[in-house]
Amino acid sequence: MTLKTTNTKDMNTKITFTLIVLLCVTLGFAQQTPAPKQSKTVAIVGATAHLGNGEIIQNSTILFADGKITTLVNADEIKIKIGSDVDIIYADGKHVYPGFIIPNSTLGLVEIDAVRATDDDAEIGGMIPHVRSLIAYNAESKVVESMRPNGVLMGQITPRGGRISGTSSVVQFDAWNWEDAAVKVDDGIHMNWPSSFTRGRWWLGEDPGLKLNDKYSEQVAQVTSFFNESKAYESGDKKQTHLPYQATKGLFDGSKKLFIHVDDEKGITDAVQFAKDNNVKSMVIVGGSEAYKVAGLLKQNNVAVLLQRVHSRPSSEDDDYDQPYKAAKMLVDDGVLVALENSGDMERMNARNLPFYAGTTVAHGLKKEEALKLITSNTAKILGIDKDYGTLEVGKSATLFISEGDALDMRTNQLTHAFIDGRSISLETHQTELWHRYDEKYKSQKQP
Amino acid sequence: MIKHCLTILTVLCSLTLFAQDYFPKNDGVIAKNTNYTAFTKAKIYVTPTQVIENGTLLIKDGKVVAAGTSVSIPKNTTVIDVSGKSIYPSFIDIFSDFGVEKPKRQGGGRSGQYEPTRSGYYWNDHVMPEKNAIEKFSYDTKKADELIKAGFGVVNTHIQDGIVRGAGALVALNNDGGNDTRILTAKSGQYLSFSKSNTSNQSYPTSVMGSMALLRQIYYDADWYAKGNVKTKDLSLEALNNNKNLVQIFEAGSRLNDLRADKVGDLFNVQYVILGGGDEYERINDIKAMNASMIIPINFPDAYDVENAFLAESLSLDDLRGWNQKPTNPKVLADNNITFALTTHDLKSPKDFKSNLMRAIKFGLSKEKALEALTINPAKILGKSDMIGSLTNGSQANFLIVSGDIFDEKTIVYENWVQGSKNVLEDMNKKDIRGTYDFSIGGETYEMTVKGELSKLKSEVTSNEKTRGSKLSYTDDWINLSFTTQDSTKQEFIRVVASVDNSKNLNGKAILPDGMETSFFANYKSSEPTDKKSEEGKDSETKPEKVSAVTYPNKAFGFKELPKPETLLFKNATVWTNEKDGILENTDILIKNGKIAQIGKNLSDGSAKTIDATGKHITAGVIDEHSHIAASSINEAGQNSSAEVSIEDVIDESDIDIYRNLAGGVTSIQILHGSANPIGGRSAIIKLKWGESGSNMIYKNTPKFIKFALGENVKQSNWGDTETNRFPQTRMGVEQVYVDYFTRAKEYDALKKSGKPYRKDIEMETLAEILNKERFISCHSYVQSEINMLMKVAEQFNFNINTFTHILEGYKVADKMAEHGVGGSTFSDWWAYKYEVNDAIPYNAAIMHNAGVTVAINSDDAEMSRRLNQEAAKTIKYGGVSEEDAMKFVTLNPAKLLHIDDRVGSIKVGKDADIVLWTDHPLSIYAKAEKTIIEGATYFDLKRDEQMQNAIKIEKSDLINDMLKAKNEGLKTQPIKKKEKELMHCDTEDNQHERHEH
Repeated sequence: MTLKTTNTKDMNTKITFTLIVLLCVTLGFAQQTPAPKQSKTVAIVGATAHLGNGEIIQNSTILFADGKITTLVNADEIKIKIGSDVDIIYADGKHVYPGFIIPNSTLGLVEIDAVRATDDDAEIGGMIPHVRSLIAYNAESKVVESMRPNGVLMGQITPRGGRISGTSSVVQFDAWNWEDAAVKVDDGIHMNWPSSFTRGRWWLGEDPGLKLNDKYSEQVAQVTSFFNESKAYESGDKKQTHLPYQATKGLFDGSKKLFIHVDDEKGITDAVQFAKDNNVKSMVIVGGSEAYKVAGLLKQNNVAVLLQRVHSRPSSEDDDYDQPYKAAKMLVDDGVLVALENSGDMERMNARNLPFYAGTTVAHGLKKEEALKLITSNTAKILGIDKDYGTLEVGKSATLFISEGDALDMRTNQLTHAFIDGRSISLETHQTELWHRYDEKYKSQKQP
Repeated sequence: MIKHCLTILTVLCSLTLFAQDYFPKNDGVIAKNTNYTAFTKAKIYVTPTQVIENGTLLIKDGKVVAAGTSVSIPKNTTVIDVSGKSIYPSFIDIFSDFGVEKPKRQGGGRSGQYEPTRSGYYWNDHVMPEKNAIEKFSYDTKKADELIKAGFGVVNTHIQDGIVRGAGALVALNNDGGNDTRILTAKSGQYLSFSKSNTSNQSYPTSVMGSMALLRQIYYDADWYAKGNVKTKDLSLEALNNNKNLVQIFEAGSRLNDLRADKVGDLFNVQYVILGGGDEYERINDIKAMNASMIIPINFPDAYDVENAFLAESLSLDDLRGWNQKPTNPKVLADNNITFALTTHDLKSPKDFKSNLMRAIKFGLSKEKALEALTINPAKILGKSDMIGSLTNGSQANFLIVSGDIFDEKTIVYENWVQGSKNVLEDMNKKDIRGTYDFSIGGETYEMTVKGELSKLKSEVTSNEKTRGSKLSYTDDWINLSFTTQDSTKQEFIRVVASVDNSKNLNGKAILPDGMETSFFANYKSSEPTDKKSEEGKDSETKPEKVSAVTYPNKAFGFKELPKPETLLFKNATVWTNEKDGILENTDILIKNGKIAQIGKNLSDGSAKTIDATGKHITAGVIDEHSHIAASSINEAGQNSSAEVSIEDVIDESDIDIYRNLAGGVTSIQILHGSANPIGGRSAIIKLKWGESGSNMIYKNTPKFIKFALGENVKQSNWGDTETNRFPQTRMGVEQVYVDYFTRAKEYDALKKSGKPYRKDIEMETLAEILNKERFISCHSYVQSEINMLMKVAEQFNFNINTFTHILEGYKVADKMAEHGVGGSTFSDWWAYKYEVNDAIPYNAAIMHNAGVTVAINSDDAEMSRRLNQEAAKTIKYGGVSEEDAMKFVTLNPAKLLHIDDRVGSIKVGKDADIVLWTDHPLSIYAKAEKTIIEGATYFDLKRDEQMQNAIKIEKSDLINDMLKAKNEGLKTQPIKKKEKELMHCDTEDNQHERHEH
């Protein structure tokens, strides 16, 4: 059963619709069927193209074949003749964007937060870089498919927990299985930096408030020692394999990035120094709610930031009400490479709001095209997939979508088409199916 | 003379003072007062205002016989000349646990315990009026010594455990007597609090509002019991009734809890004496209005150790301010004529009492008021003025003999007499040799300064402007002094031994390093060391202390002055009326007297402040139907029904999220009880009047609401595998809970209406209000089966459900909802966080709306609530709702659901001026609230916010500087703690930080 959703208009007849819904429901398919490989060239004509690199083409012509963008021009300047074997999408007044990318995500690792059996995001053990998220990624997650109607088409699937949580991979969101989904395997190792503050154990009668973590230095020393051991192991004969040490190798030869999850000013400063001291080739701050306080240091050391969920409450009572809203602008103004992440409470289902996080940074000072970079090209650079993804450019993957209006604003984010590597993907979901099913029910009630 | 410098000494012979006063007394110390004892030539503070100069205090048998200038001294009197010294009544600590140990906490079971462990008593284990402290009392000499040393003579002690704690006892700190003499009153008062007992794990109450409801119900039950309506025995209620005439002392412990306790008492005409928290100054008018006597702890915070600049930044402004504001609390109470007693409660040790008291005085508490708070006030509060707190005739002979003004830093407390029994703290006859001396040895001249406490003297010997290492000891009128010689490379000492004469000169000999002896004479020059440092010290004492201004609320973004309603004219705005007029372009709005006065074109008003709103939008203020901000408790989870509790009891007006919500255009919210049980608690519907006290935020004639809940939370699905003993555990059981409660409520209401006597039950009263359509239900709900069920239960009892909140499967039964007439207040796009939201879809609002249900978008979340306009806009994306209707989802529709749409929710002449000026299209992600106005007063203003942001940074920096200075001056500091406001959701319990569900 294949769902042709390239042109949703074709499906507007009730019969087709009900049939499809019935099929889905009765067969119990969890997700829309992945789209087949692009066989025909597609042209998008007349749309405003947001390239993702800060540039915009008002009246664009975009062609892609075999999954790659072959043509991208300003139609006002260059007229392209489009052959008859090309599927043409007329998109006057509409907008085209590169697929949005959600970094530091647990999509596909957990299906329902409260149901433990569906929870695969945090393994036990303190330093487990060898643990890999990719093989647990559920390509058929109903939550993952719900990303696509909002334009979120790729993600960095990241393990949680412990001091060194494991290794992430980058995937695209329309796949039969995790192998198909993989875009960049084992792209980075994730570390949770020790907290400056710890919480009292209220269940033992301690004050539940935050107090200084007196084990901070000890905990930092533990990671330092782990890194030293890893390097020593690498120089040795490796007669006996040590999986955790072996897994860190990529950090020193530059094949993996070190993602350090840390929010506070002091922690960030220490983390940057740590990475330097340990000859880590490339490191990224994840979270970084106080990164704006040390923007100079970050820029100087070429450290990028995956910035915490924009729609957050300020981390302390005295903070400006709009601190989380304006943090991105402050960092961008200071020359730091920034992308947006959204880990935290209900992060998976909320990941589809990624475009609106970017929109909020515009309300609080960023230019729209600059904000777009935070969820496209900057993210791709930070994840090391910018050769193929993150912008609309000739030669890059045709991972893009068409929206009726401004996709950063929920008022106008209305997708008509989406493509991953040129494949025309379904914009239907478990949720749209239920919508149609009940919409139909009430409509038929009204009809005598 | 026998000298004992460092420890308190009681004169042994007085062991037999009262009971066996015919025993011979042969060890020759002064206080052999089997006869009379007279203290003469003293300055006597009979009371704080009645002071006798050069008077005589005559005591006998542990009591004051007379105090005056012309007291006739009987022949059998031991006369003690205390000329130059003062006598004060000893202090009283009215709130103490002296001699009664607090029971240890019980090891908890793995699952909740809902039943009591006792029988023959009240159904709730935490209610123990039958306890008597005296039965557990065991005199603790060590603790008594500490208190005596701090100046106390009497303590009022009780078992500090449980909600109703029973009677306490008034005890004299008489180390010599037995309990026969020490116990002044075995039942001095009855004690209460909001905190549960350590002796039981019974779950209820889990919240302050639960404790308040429980207390109210106890009073009703006690009355019902007293009238003989109860056939069975309840020893608790009997005891409560017996204790009725005692002083009722309530451990509240914070400004908010002070008011809560007082509110409970007022309903039953019980005026509690309230133990405060030290933060009363923050809203002193509210405290004053209680008309309660208070007990005030003085554990003032030390400065924070702010040397680490990173960490210093995590201190909150209110914690920083507390450092210099809290010491003003006693002064502020005194200035407002509130009767209060001071206590050592909350101090680590009574040793810290004096330094804190001195700080209160430095920060403006008058010495007279301080003395009152330690003597006559506690006596008066306990109704024992004739017995303690003063030195009037017949009072207990509890008094302090001191060198001067008792509230002077340098004053020495010599003796603390309790019930005529002497405790020596410092030898009265010991010469005070503190001061400067000159002497010469071997042609070399020296200067010596003696300073420190009399019992712990320090010396400083200088010669030729060089300080020598020296050591001094002083006992029995003899000093031993050693100091180093000029040659500091050698460890050689000159040793001196000398006696002190009446002029404090020192006579003796010096032994030189070579063993040669020479005579020694040191001339006492002056008592005041004149070095520079102490001069400076003196300066700082007279300088008024710097105190941060109190704001409302007293934290970051608080107002120095509350916003007032203004006459405002908005020109040329796009106005979203939510009325028939729809969206009006280029329109003016005039606001006057807190109301919308005019809407139209080219309006003018001479008295109005004009605001150009060209290119901007004005909507009605956003209303959040489902909020959990601004409350100290959210869930009373101790029972499956908690209709007796009310969020109105626990509003926390200082929650910063109020301000942040204003910054998102929110003007009204319903603070709902959580979803821990099928029948939750009553709501508070408030306007976000940041700066006002909680009671002023509640709507006038507020509609009455109650929270119900269905599904996983109430059946405790996600509380852990061991929570399986509370009914209901299934959706089947949930229905039966409702049927049971409503059946009983119906019977209750019928009995009540019949005029026959009935036991007043707050829970049943609340449920009867629902049956009588006076109170409305907002029910947390997810799946269609339970939604359908509750509508059927309501119909069975002939009422309607008002609102289903969350209602994520509302779209599956939208037709039934429309028919029932219930509204739906839902999330825009939440799902997948638990099993029952698997079929939650963002199209829910649109489908329900299209089916004719009144739909609102709510937050249940302090973060989302500040962007509810965006959440409303998502219904345009998901389901194609029109923009005008989408905006109504967060304004007019929630107003309708809350029955406040006659006042707010649309822009209509005559309605409350609760409006928002947006920088952009209000449903766009790019819009910011520029002004948020409630009843014509501007509670949020983007420009003012920016100024406040800067002012906060400056104030914090100033305070951190001051703390650095304090540390450099050698003051004590405390480590930094980070403040964190907990995010409250449906499932948040008091003091519980782990369970966050919706």
